[in-house]
Amino acid sequence: MTETRGVWHLLLGNLTYNALPFYSAIAAFAAGLVVVGAISVFVLITWLGKWRYLWTEWFTSVDHKRIGIMYIIIAFIMMSRALIEAVLMRVQQAVAINSPGFLPPDHFGQLFSTHGTIMIFFMAMPFLTGLINYVMPLQIGARDVKFPLLNSISLWLTGGGAGLMMVSLVLGKFSTGGWSGYPPYTGIEFSPGVGPDYWIWAVSLSSIGTTLTGLNFATTIYKGRAPGMTLMRMPLFCWTSLCTSILMIFAMPPLTVATTLLALDRYLGMHFFTNGMGGNMMNYANLFWLFGHPEVYILILPAFGVYSEVIPAFSSKRLYGYTSLVCATMAIAVLSFTVWLHHFFTMGQSANINAAFGIATMTIGVPTGVKVYDWLLTMCRGRVRFTPPMLFSLAFIVSFVIGGMTGIILATPPLDYMVHNTVFLVAHFHNMLIPGLLYGMIAGYQYWFPKAFGFRLNETWGRIAFGCWVVGFYLAFMPLYVLGAEGMPRRSQEVFDTAYRPWLLIAMVGAFILLAGLVSLFIQLRVSIKQRDSNRVFAGDPWDGRGLEWSVSAPPPEYNFAVIPTVTSRDTFAGQKEHGQAYHPPQTYQDIEMPKNSAAGVVIGISGAACAFGLVWHIWWMSILGLILIWGTVIVRSFVRDIYKVIPAAEVARTEARWLNHVANVRAVPRELETTPANKGLAESVA
Amino acid sequence: MSANEVLHAGLNLGATDPKTHAEAGSAIFGFWVFLMTDAVLFALLFANYGVLLSGTAGGPGPAAEFKLSSAFIETLLLLTSSFTFGLASLAMKHGSQPRLLQVWLPTTLLLGAGFLGMELHDFATMLSDGATPSRSGFLSAFFALVSTHGLHVFAGCVWIIVMMVQIAVFGTDARVKINVLRLGLFWHFLDIIWVAIFSVVYLQGLIR
Repeated sequence: MTETRGVWHLLLGNLTYNALPFYSAIAAFAAGLVVVGAISVFVLITWLGKWRYLWTEWFTSVDHKRIGIMYIIIAFIMMSRALIEAVLMRVQQAVAINSPGFLPPDHFGQLFSTHGTIMIFFMAMPFLTGLINYVMPLQIGARDVKFPLLNSISLWLTGGGAGLMMVSLVLGKFSTGGWSGYPPYTGIEFSPGVGPDYWIWAVSLSSIGTTLTGLNFATTIYKGRAPGMTLMRMPLFCWTSLCTSILMIFAMPPLTVATTLLALDRYLGMHFFTNGMGGNMMNYANLFWLFGHPEVYILILPAFGVYSEVIPAFSSKRLYGYTSLVCATMAIAVLSFTVWLHHFFTMGQSANINAAFGIATMTIGVPTGVKVYDWLLTMCRGRVRFTPPMLFSLAFIVSFVIGGMTGIILATPPLDYMVHNTVFLVAHFHNMLIPGLLYGMIAGYQYWFPKAFGFRLNETWGRIAFGCWVVGFYLAFMPLYVLGAEGMPRRSQEVFDTAYRPWLLIAMVGAFILLAGLVSLFIQLRVSIKQRDSNRVFAGDPWDGRGLEWSVSAPPPEYNFAVIPTVTSRDTFAGQKEHGQAYHPPQTYQDIEMPKNSAAGVVIGISGAACAFGLVWHIWWMSILGLILIWGTVIVRSFVRDIYKVIPAAEVARTEARWLNHVANVRAVPRELETTPANKGLAESVA
Repeated sequence: MSANEVLHAGLNLGATDPKTHAEAGSAIFGFWVFLMTDAVLFALLFANYGVLLSGTAGGPGPAAEFKLSSAFIETLLLLTSSFTFGLASLAMKHGSQPRLLQVWLPTTLLLGAGFLGMELHDFATMLSDGATPSRSGFLSAFFALVSTHGLHVFAGCVWIIVMMVQIAVFGTDARVKINVLRLGLFWHFLDIIWVAIFSVVYLQGLIR
């Protein structure tokens, strides 16, 4: 890298004209797309005059519902980028058989690194955090999370990290060290560029945000439940949220430690993970996977929660084996800390250690198996309707079991030696994460969308999306099992065995179908917004739901519950409907105190991103300024005393009356018509 | 809620202000959870130190670099500061006026600053000996662990100053009380970490 000197260096650090991505036409095009996209969004918002609206209603909002929606928007934007990268890689491998293809190795390396980093930290994590944010407080009968401003700070730190990922597309090259960033390759000696620095700081921002999120959710669930909502009366989604939060609390600090120590190696020449001088690179593998394995369950448990909500709702049955599901969730959460070593069976520890971790790994299959049976038995003799969320849940059950089988293969150390570092592994973890996480997130998105926006999503496009996601997944990843068994190494920019060609071609087609799946989701959204007037469900209960979140209007009022409900049983709202106690107005309404908006989250997130950007390019003044702004904001905020606003009882009464009047005037819908415009959000009593 | 039921030691809200008490419940619980994440962070730095202890790469080792006498004085300073913070908490709990609080918090701050000064002096001595963090894996691990603790103490000192200003401005309102309580937890937590650092890091100097 060329070094500029003098004033420019003081101002811009290592950032020069050379940082622009003219090394490859594709990279330059992608960078152009990001810049043009950013400018056009900016111009569009200015032209529509929406900045003030966005600032007051969304960016500074501390409402858990708005924050949840913003998280999911980040997830969809980042998913679009990472999925396009996946398609590029699949095409490259399909054409680069004994030929260099169209992506140079360096660029290919960046693609698999950003794809993995984004899909985990900036697609999966925001998606599940968004869903939990939206749904969990409603399910436990709370008005918000316990620390609403901290929630906003977490969102903006994650947003800052995502922003840094997008900037890396325009300025400089990203890491080629994969999403796990193993040193010594990512150390300064072998990767002197800015790539690993981008990775380190983007991931650090997100990991700090996630730690705070875990803290917030756990406190909310432990301390914020409505009266009578004992732990064993919580909907299962809350249980999985709780376990995910606990995992976040314990598993994110190891990641922060790993990235920070790697940064110290790179910036200050220390020797934590260097090759020699007393460093120990195996420490990194331990630290990273001490985070990385629980992370897998951070990702999967919320999806398990979604399935445990969707399957009973669309089977019109109580969830089968609630207690066993709770125990299984907790067991998975605990066991997830005992298996991290299976990510590096081949590192050279003794066979006994490998055996212990291999057995521990297989043990996790037991509680997961319990869950699968519980879901199957929930459907048994139920009134099953094949709506898109249900279809995704069914596809999950089948696909996840296949992934679990290959997991048992990988958990056996001798077999792992055979397929380690091949695309067999790639097939396995995509097999776990696409059905085990993404299907769940999409199912949850489709299931709770009417609650959040007040109208149902288009069913036809939901089914088309489902078809693409399932067919695409099988075509894209089943061939990789074969290729892996044949010994094709993962992360190959070029392959040299023509026998791979047919499988790689099938996988490429699969990747395109997956992309079509994402496009279908966007079309579904567009079509649904157009048809929203005929699909409104203001009454709030389009699926004959069982939890408290369905007992309020859709979208819910800012304060969620006019009167905090008193819970007397599991599936509270289902019980109320059964006993004819739903939709009863309370005797009186009272003033409701809600937290005021705050710009602190935005300032901290942007300052954090600026600090990180300064660190990447050695623009020290920017980093220092960013740090000062972060801590300055925290301190200044601690002096603000006027942090609550009051929603007067009269306004609450008006809002509730409008909704209850509507409920009284709409016709209840039987289940067979729930996917038609006849569904106004009031469920016909089953009894 | 009966009047003498103590839900949060150090908070004298009792039956007078049930709403703040309820708020304190989750505020303090959340801070305990935060301390848990911090404890995980330190645990890993300790483990890292343990692994890299032998990685001196021919450079200075524990016996040559650790000055037990100064580590001992630092320990005394920090333990005393925990005691004075305890007195501050008692003053907040029992005193109707914040005056005593404004005596014990600055005392704690001075002791904390004294600790930091001595630690920086130790570091400077080590650096001038050529025992720099980039010299070996062992020294990297040492500096990472001990200065992370030092940074925490520094943050605690800044926090004490902020709280002193807030007490001067707002008196002991509910939020100040909750935050002093949190600060206390933080400060005592750092004390415990230091005891571990003294035992695991500095006492190693006697045997290696």
